[in-house]
Amino acid sequence: MRRFSVKRHLRNTLHSYWMIICLILLIIIPILLGIGLYLKSKMLLDNHPLYQLLFSSEWKPLSGKFGFLSFIISSLWVTILALLISGPICLLTSIHLTQYAKKRVLRLMHPVIDILAGIPSVIYGVWGILVIVPFISDYLAPMMGKQTTGFSILAGALVLSVMIIPFMLNILIEVFSTIPEELSEASLSLGATKWQTIKFVLLKKAFPGIISALGLGLSRAFGETIAVLMVVGNVTTIPKGLFQPGYPLPALIANNYGEMLSIPMYDSALMLAALVLFVIIIFFNFASRIAIINIEKND
Amino acid sequence: MLQQFRHTEEKIFRIIMFLSTSVIILALALIIFSVLYKGLPSLSWEMISQKPKGGFYFGKEGGILNAIVGSLYLAIGSTFLAFIIGLPVALYMNIHLVKRKKLANTLRFFLDVMWGVPSIVYGAFGFTLMIFFGIKTSLLAGIITVTLFIIPIMVRAMDEVLKTIPMGLQEASLSLGSTKSETAYRVFFRQAYSGMVTAILLSFGRAIGDAAAVLFTTGYTDNIPTGLNQPTATLPLSIFFQLGSPLEEVRDRAFASAVVLTFIILVISILARFFSRRYQKHKINF
Repeated sequence: MRRFSVKRHLRNTLHSYWMIICLILLIIIPILLGIGLYLKSKMLLDNHPLYQLLFSSEWKPLSGKFGFLSFIISSLWVTILALLISGPICLLTSIHLTQYAKKRVLRLMHPVIDILAGIPSVIYGVWGILVIVPFISDYLAPMMGKQTTGFSILAGALVLSVMIIPFMLNILIEVFSTIPEELSEASLSLGATKWQTIKFVLLKKAFPGIISALGLGLSRAFGETIAVLMVVGNVTTIPKGLFQPGYPLPALIANNYGEMLSIPMYDSALMLAALVLFVIIIFFNFASRIAIINIEKND
Repeated sequence: MLQQFRHTEEKIFRIIMFLSTSVIILALALIIFSVLYKGLPSLSWEMISQKPKGGFYFGKEGGILNAIVGSLYLAIGSTFLAFIIGLPVALYMNIHLVKRKKLANTLRFFLDVMWGVPSIVYGAFGFTLMIFFGIKTSLLAGIITVTLFIIPIMVRAMDEVLKTIPMGLQEASLSLGSTKSETAYRVFFRQAYSGMVTAILLSFGRAIGDAAAVLFTTGYTDNIPTGLNQPTATLPLSIFFQLGSPLEEVRDRAFASAVVLTFIILVISILARFFSRRYQKHKINF
């Protein structure tokens, strides 16, 4: 009897240690990630000042010139454009689903959101090539009096805007459903219409949540690689319009892995690109999550 | 007059809101429809059941069996690893840290932030790890990279399930004399069983669909890997490479491969739905 209990407690101790080991492992991963990427990009950083790398648009790896500006601008273009397209759609949909729609519609939307979130980015890329790119080159661009192959900033942004819908929509639905019911009841009982209540009370209350949902959508969009790479054109110039090709930062990393080791400092430059991406996204995630936590705390 | 304006405004907005909801549903339908429409005609049994033969990428015979099997190996391996490391962490957060809400919430926050890190960054990190340890591009390197990428997803999904288990269950189990680890693995794990399956399926879906994380690390081959140290083809990369071909035949195959991948993902998400439904049904309400 006693031996049995000793065995059980030994097992308990072992399990607890294993749990803690796993936990520590999990915590050091991102730290290692940051350090690893930094060490790899250190070679480049030692030779070039950081601001020159970030704010020069000269990208000539063969002659040792690594300026990330055109990639960063391309990334910003597609990201912001994608947010402008899908931000309002997500906001309106989340209001519709939480305030007006029947429970049945919300139940129908859940699998839609799940599947949208689950579709691999390659499939989004395939869709972009099949639908978005021809649409832009055959219809949209001629309508605006422009000529393009369709592989453009706009194509990247359109594909991205669909990809980030599930993430933003999920959070927005959450935000709107955590707002206490009494708030809108009070407003309604004062004689406001439903829409006025939404416009003046709910939106105001949900404002920080909306901003952080957009922040999370932004960090998703900024880091998305394969789908954007497939439709955005990948030309190393600073894009000047929606119909011009661009070359976002993640696409740069993904596209050049083949020749990474054959050109001096090229791998270092690509790892720096990854590090920049990591830092930017951690920052946006961090800020958005903190905002969301604060909202939950206040209620 | 003003009253009427208000009502028109509300009506207009309700229409816009309804439209935007429909746009999202339509977008999903359009994606699935266009992939199927373009891919199904080129899909054949030969494509699924054969490895690429010589000259496959120039439009000759063969199929993508290597990529399908490679993707499955990679996803199974990394989901398994992530499960082994993730389950203890999720249980720890909900059993040992149940009294220390602040610490648990900090961990959740931390995992959520990790979830946001794009897969290409994990891919680049996997590459630096590979160079550091002197491993070649292989199935193992890919599994490790993908594991890093899906662990936060796995732990958070499990955590969401475990969070719903009421405190009373733990107290009851402990008061009957079981140890904390017994409570964790025999009571909590069992109570959350179908939710756990959902979490695993979710991570599996992520692992099988991601291309950027494995771009640097798995290598690419026409063969089915027989060991962990061999390079592996994956389905997303196979689609990506075939699409880059100038030959229309090969591109059509890419669309057919996309149908295969979409099918796998749809099956996974239907299964995940099914299991999470079951979980809802069998939940004990205290």
